[in-house]
Amino acid sequence: MTDVVTDKVLGDRVERFIKTLNQAQELGLTVVDASSGQLTLQLPYSEKIIGNPETGVIHGGAITTLMDTTSGSVMICALDDFELCPTLDLRVDYMRPAEPGKPVHARAEIRKMTRNIAFTRCEAYQDNGEVIATCVGTFMRIGKEATPKSFRDMITGARQ
Amino acid sequence: MNMAEVLRETRETGDFAPLLKSIPYAGYIGLKCERFGDDLIFRLPRKDSNLGNPLLPAIHGGVIGGFMEVSAAIYLMMSQDTFRMPRIVDFSLDYLRAGLDRETYAECQLTRQGNRVANVTITAWQKSRREAIATARAHFLLDR
Repeated sequence: MTDVVTDKVLGDRVERFIKTLNQAQELGLTVVDASSGQLTLQLPYSEKIIGNPETGVIHGGAITTLMDTTSGSVMICALDDFELCPTLDLRVDYMRPAEPGKPVHARAEIRKMTRNIAFTRCEAYQDNGEVIATCVGTFMRIGKEATPKSFRDMITGARQ
Repeated sequence: MNMAEVLRETRETGDFAPLLKSIPYAGYIGLKCERFGDDLIFRLPRKDSNLGNPLLPAIHGGVIGGFMEVSAAIYLMMSQDTFRMPRIVDFSLDYLRAGLDRETYAECQLTRQGNRVANVTITAWQKSRREAIATARAHFLLDR
């Protein structure tokens, strides 16, 4: 019998995965919402990631990392077992600067999952809902065997 | 010292420390920059907190992107007469190889300079310049 994979289970898996990513921890990324094929992460505001000191606006690089992490982790919400999927490419459009002092959310979804490639879309926005950046990504599916079973089990929370 | 003064000083002395200090994100990932004649080489020394994939281990793809974005912006600032921060419009990034847990380098090229927009191409590598780990291009809006 397989366990029912609820949204809570998916969220816990993503949480365990991003805990293994030093940079995601350094930025303080947290899971806001997870469901089948969809994931929302949050990046808190911090002075250390400011890009323009005259405005206090955070650097696009931190937004790129937020969207890369969200797009790369949404696979966990679409696959039964854990597969590490390296990023092939990302295209980021910066619509408007992020308002200083406020967290940024990124919501990613799987547009299409093939045997070899996962196609993702992601939007970054703040509390008023206005989109600040969008990201289209493709990720390579190198297969679950490329990741040690112990690591996969740690992420999925599989009983030993 | 405001941004204009920092930039002027950097251009005159070739010392990038004050400029990098004025961009918190650059210091956050540990970016360094050196000038060789007219060329700029950007450097990202290895750093635990920049890692993503813990198994390889490898630098987080977002950090590689951020490194290339800051590099392109600084490169553009140094090649302009303006003293304003160029605003990034879009960024397109191809990952060619895993960025391993070691020092990474980047260089930029101004592919096209228009009146209001500039197109910059960025290449990042580690072991050998002939083996790029990522290439990117970015559009920047220039304040006039």
